[in-house]
Amino acid sequence: MIQVQNLTHRYGDRVALANVNFEVKKGEIFGLLGPNGGGKSTLFRILSTMMVPTEGRTMIAGYDVTQNPAEVRRHVGVVFQTQSLDKALTVEENLRSQGHLHGLSGATLRERMARAMERLGIADRRKDLVETLSGGLRRRVEIAKALLHRPQVLLMDEASTGLDPAARRDLSRHVEDLRDHEGVTILLTTHILEEADRCDRLALLHQGKIVAHGSPGELRSRIGGDVVVLETGDTQSLAGRIEQRFHVQPNVVDGHLRVEIPNGHRFITEVVEAFPGSIESVGLHKPTLEDVFVRETGASIE
Amino acid sequence: MSSFFLPAATLWQRELIRFWRQKSRVMGVVASPLVFWLLIGYGSNDLARFYAGSLVLTVMFSAIFSTISIIEDRREGFLLSMLVSPAPRTSLVLGKILGAATLAWIQGLIFLAFAPLAGVSIGLLDILPVAGAIFLISFTLTGLGFVIAWKMNSTSGFHAIMNLLLVPMWMVSGSLFPMATAHGWVKAIMWINPLTYSIALLTHVLRLPNAFPGALESLIVTAAFGLVLLLASGVMAGQKATRSAA
Repeated sequence: MIQVQNLTHRYGDRVALANVNFEVKKGEIFGLLGPNGGGKSTLFRILSTMMVPTEGRTMIAGYDVTQNPAEVRRHVGVVFQTQSLDKALTVEENLRSQGHLHGLSGATLRERMARAMERLGIADRRKDLVETLSGGLRRRVEIAKALLHRPQVLLMDEASTGLDPAARRDLSRHVEDLRDHEGVTILLTTHILEEADRCDRLALLHQGKIVAHGSPGELRSRIGGDVVVLETGDTQSLAGRIEQRFHVQPNVVDGHLRVEIPNGHRFITEVVEAFPGSIESVGLHKPTLEDVFVRETGASIE
Repeated sequence: MSSFFLPAATLWQRELIRFWRQKSRVMGVVASPLVFWLLIGYGSNDLARFYAGSLVLTVMFSAIFSTISIIEDRREGFLLSMLVSPAPRTSLVLGKILGAATLAWIQGLIFLAFAPLAGVSIGLLDILPVAGAIFLISFTLTGLGFVIAWKMNSTSGFHAIMNLLLVPMWMVSGSLFPMATAHGWVKAIMWINPLTYSIALLTHVLRLPNAFPGALESLIVTAAFGLVLLLASGVMAGQKATRSAA
């Protein structure tokens, strides 16, 4: 449904995207995960036809984003990071106005509005001014607005920014509902791990490059086993000694040592016994997407 | 056809709804030129002389106020959601300008209610040309506001331009002193200032003294200026971005 080929974008000398390639299949939720400034926003602007890339080709629903932006806009719904609702208008007025922009009117528009509001659970707030709605509800109105013209693809830029965890989970449920019941293909950008974990597939974006892609499960399984995090006074020397003795390469992240190792619980007892006194605390967890990101880039997402 | 007019109509309607819901805006826009006019008019014992200029100032304030919302729309994201719709950019521009011009026009008409104070009586037959002239001026000034606001990232930048360009432009347009009494280079500026023709047009239709240049020239220049600004707005909004759009 979406094909991105050899996409490169420069702002003057600064390279924002460096030869990015990926594909999004019909009916999946695809996430672009990465830290702010990693190139997500640039990529999103190109996908949403708001910017022309320096090089490369992007196809959405069979149309070239650069060659034929008008056709792409007919098949894509966009939810921007910044609020795009008019706060002085009601939910219904916002939706009607958006429908008109897409050339919809009369009974068709009324029926589409009713369905979108029903799907996003905002039908009972239709007469309310947007400024009286909570952040979570506003995001749902944004999505309803983006769906009025029945796009095949929904693009969402950091849609859960500023939402509390409950509202975020609620939003994710609505997005999954769209995939399951409306057959919409969804591409979203995020820097929130929990949100990324709910995607069908992911691409990890760092400094304008895709450093890894696959399902969250596949990505996590790249790390063989467990992740052990050690807190110590002298990271460098302990890292050297661990490498010598256990033949693993620890990463130093945020002043802690991270070790990827199978049977982490056994490693913990061994490492604590081997270097008594030099370890202040020990943690063990199953690999997360953050760990995958650290493994691929040496940097953390947050 | 409907894919051109429907988007324009919906943006026009949006301006009106927003306006209706913030009625305090009317007060702000009409009140300051009114106070200004009454002070300077009573003080110099010549309310009639400053009437046309003050009405145009009302229209100008309203047009500026409405076009500033383009910058807010950009910051908020409303503009983005319009731009990713398949609606033609020219139709979006037309809707926005017509909407803002209508508001400026309404506020100009409110100011018109004070005409008897200036000794101006408007007969039934005069209403149409007067209302028409005020609309044309509203449209032109809104177009000017649009062209300035489109590339701006901050409202404070807009205020700077207003103080440095728009208010001085208004001052040397015949609103404060007639062209006949102007000196040297100021007179030259008045000749090339499009607002001079707007003020003259209004002075003509209100049958006030010191109407100069002539009625036909004033109408042509004002209309041509409005058209040029509309085209410029359309071209600016139609440009493709290679940098950040927001």
